[in-house]
Amino acid sequence: MKALDEGKDLRKSKKAEEKAAAKRQSQLMSRGDAVFYIVNDLLLLIFLLLVAYPIIYVFSASFSSPRAVMASKVILWPVEPSIEGYVAAFKESRIWTGYGNTIIYTVCGTCINLIMTILCAYPLSRRDFAGRNAFMFIVAFTMIFSGGMLPTYIVIKELGLIDTRWAMLLPSAIGVYNVIVMRTYYQTNISDELLDAAFLDGCDNFRFLWQIVIPLSKPITAVMILFYGVGHWNAFFNAFIYLSSRKLLPLQIFLREILVLNQMTSDLTFDPKLAAAKQGLADLLKYSLIIVSSLPIWCAYPFVQKYFVKGIMIGSIKG
Amino acid sequence: MKPLSKKKWGMLKKNWQLYLLFLPPLVWFILFRYWPMVGVQIAFKDFRPGDTIFNAKWIGLANFTKFFRHYLFWDLMKNTIVITLYQLAVNFPLPIIFALALNATCRDKFRKVVQYITYMPYFISTVVMVGIIMQLLNSRIGVINNIIAFLGGARTDFMASAKLFSSVYVWSGVWQNTGWNSIIYLAALSSISQELHEAAMIDGASRLNRVIHIDLPGIAPTMIVLLIMNCGQIMNLGFEKIFLMQNSMNLRASQVISTYVYSIGLKNAPPEFSYGTAIDLFNSAINLLLIVSVNKLMRRFGESSLW
Repeated sequence: MKALDEGKDLRKSKKAEEKAAAKRQSQLMSRGDAVFYIVNDLLLLIFLLLVAYPIIYVFSASFSSPRAVMASKVILWPVEPSIEGYVAAFKESRIWTGYGNTIIYTVCGTCINLIMTILCAYPLSRRDFAGRNAFMFIVAFTMIFSGGMLPTYIVIKELGLIDTRWAMLLPSAIGVYNVIVMRTYYQTNISDELLDAAFLDGCDNFRFLWQIVIPLSKPITAVMILFYGVGHWNAFFNAFIYLSSRKLLPLQIFLREILVLNQMTSDLTFDPKLAAAKQGLADLLKYSLIIVSSLPIWCAYPFVQKYFVKGIMIGSIKG
Repeated sequence: MKPLSKKKWGMLKKNWQLYLLFLPPLVWFILFRYWPMVGVQIAFKDFRPGDTIFNAKWIGLANFTKFFRHYLFWDLMKNTIVITLYQLAVNFPLPIIFALALNATCRDKFRKVVQYITYMPYFISTVVMVGIIMQLLNSRIGVINNIIAFLGGARTDFMASAKLFSSVYVWSGVWQNTGWNSIIYLAALSSISQELHEAAMIDGASRLNRVIHIDLPGIAPTMIVLLIMNCGQIMNLGFEKIFLMQNSMNLRASQVISTYVYSIGLKNAPPEFSYGTAIDLFNSAINLLLIVSVNKLMRRFGESSLW
């Protein structure tokens, strides 16, 4: 925590420095520089709009009426505002099953991830952990070489995990990149003096980890929870390959059925008028589902954005 | 092996608890990462359902030669390489340019807003991302086609076109990842000393000159490390997005090695585990070779490398 605050102060003073520099700069600014700044900001603005537009569009379309969506009337804001799409989304039983399962996988999976990552990263961060280079190699080697899709499938099958909830939790229990980030954090933030002092007072490794290291690394732990949590929420591949019972499937699998494969549960109607209305509702439903399925992430994003960025920054220090 | 020194013994004794802590992760790595590597040997065997990894019959390189002679071999190689090189050519420089531009703007609030918005798409899941692509490019109601039609062009069914597949794949990736990928460069840029800039300003360097002669060299080591890592991924196209974007109409351009391995190993009946593993192994071997040689090259000519 302390180290982080120091970092903040440093950044603040740096900001102030930059501001002063910018002020001096604006006094000195030549015409060429003025053009540069205008062009630069303009390009950024264009990119900003290009990224923002699809998001705004999907959001607006999801709150429009089926008719407006089908007639392509939505341009920027909701047309004929309605929540019909959301009503249809919540009537889909698949979405409820998927949501429930995804929440289970995200919560349990993230807990497992966190425990395993700490257990893996902490010993590797200790200089007096004999054999740590060999262990580090064992861990890092899996980043550049893996057994591949099919041998992994055979192992999961031999372990009896196929079509069980464990198949969603165990194979992804450790992210090697996150281990390295965590280890780097421990190495730079938990000093050897602290360790020596604790040991002189009769503390052992278990207690040191539990009572000192973990409380001192709350910021990075928060980052890990976020990274792993988003990973589980968005995970598709393992469920797709290992699960077949419909009651175990996570949200992403059902989303694929609806968004990508276009499988609707609508009963067949031969009345052309009704069919057109159904088509409109099906189109609208997709927009609403895109919003509903990412809702937890959209809601959390404003509050946690800076933590994500921090995680990447720590990870970018070569460990 | 030489006998452990006294100091090492002392460390072992003092830190036995650390080994206990490390045990669960170690077991996990052995079970879920190294055991499959042992299973890679089925690439050289004739593994049939019911066999174990060890009692299957050795058949040497037959699976590999089968793949090299397969009529799809060159198509798969071409698709894989075209998409990755296209992706590298676009997705490598753009975050750098974006980070340089973000760093150069003097409007702090504006910079924050741009960062906030452009990082957002990164958190969208692959499934939803492909869903969005399909909705926005839909030839009937998609907004992109609406714009094309409004401008007088002909509506195009992007997802059904083999020719457009790689472009849709790469440019949607630009939309999703450019902002996020720029973070690492921004971190590098923020560590460039302000004094360099001030000195250059006194010498009369324009802002553009400073971007080119101070900022760009300042992030060169980061660029090189990321370039090496990207090169190691050349043959390692992510499975999910390509697979989800695939359909029978664009399959000619969208069947790549990873999706092909999936279809012969898990989708088709009977599954050909050995053959699929051989293809996968061939792929991993190329990746490993690429990352090691690019790293060596960088070590010889530049100061930064991965290891």
